Amino acid sequence: MKFGVVVFPGSNCDMDMVYVLESIMKQEVVKLWHKDTNLQNCDFIILPGGFSFGDYLRSGAIANYSPIMEKLVEHANNGGYVMGICNGFQILCESGLLPGALLHNTNHKFICKNIHLTAITKNTLVTNQYSDNAVKIPIAHGEGRYHADEETLQELITNEQILFKYSDENGNITEEANPNGSLLNIAGVCNKNRNVFGMMPHPERAADAELNNADGKILFDSILNIVLS
Amino acid sequence: MKFRAEIDIMPLKALLDPQGKAVSASMGNVGLTEITNVRIGKHITLEVDADNKEVANTKVTEACTKLLANQIMEGFEFTLEEA
Repeated sequence: MKFGVVVFPGSNCDMDMVYVLESIMKQEVVKLWHKDTNLQNCDFIILPGGFSFGDYLRSGAIANYSPIMEKLVEHANNGGYVMGICNGFQILCESGLLPGALLHNTNHKFICKNIHLTAITKNTLVTNQYSDNAVKIPIAHGEGRYHADEETLQELITNEQILFKYSDENGNITEEANPNGSLLNIAGVCNKNRNVFGMMPHPERAADAELNNADGKILFDSILNIVLS
Repeated sequence: MKFRAEIDIMPLKALLDPQGKAVSASMGNVGLTEITNVRIGKHITLEVDADNKEVANTKVTEACTKLLANQIMEGFEFTLEEA
């Protein structure tokens, strides 16, 4: 499977993502510059974390109009896989490929720490190997408070589009376990067609056993589990 | 013709505005307990070339809906004057 990691001015998790896909998962990876208009036949496009365009105006707002985005939307609309992590999730929400928006954290602080997540639907390319147990994955964001209107939230529930919720280490989804004030503790969602994914936590920062936590690797294992079978 | 727009972008009323809330809370520290419900948004000015005010209005609205504001979380209003 060929992965493409898009680099915007201000992306800073691109090399972590390339490292995991290439060195840990042993997949073909290319970096794509945001001004490129050729996706180089990648099967799976990833928008990494960072601060594209300095988070000017709103997180992800300016990146959404980078030249590559037109091709990325086309790729997604043709059923191609796309995933956004952190700033990438914000960009995908701005583009409308994913529902909702990411607001300033309730405490108005940049939060950088390990949190726990529980997979809500396992019926996706990126969550099929998760169990009901909580996993530990870091977050690092100032604007991660997931928001969508009531109707959209209901659709997310009905269509099983909620990938992950913030939970405690035992998998209890509580207010205390919600680091940023996200509605329904939502940490990640997918689109209705289940080919576009977004999440605020950073699985690529927890995918190498050498770093003492490989809970994030389950996400990449899930992808390969489906694709290679 | 050139027009100048003064645009206000505010978080939707239903949404918590943590920045505004923090500033509200600090009003007491400067002895202004009468002040409550501070909400903080953005003020943007820009110039637009257009044949008339109606066209300028359409262009600025498009700028707001496409880029300047995210209507899931923000509302916008603007005034338009000949520059």
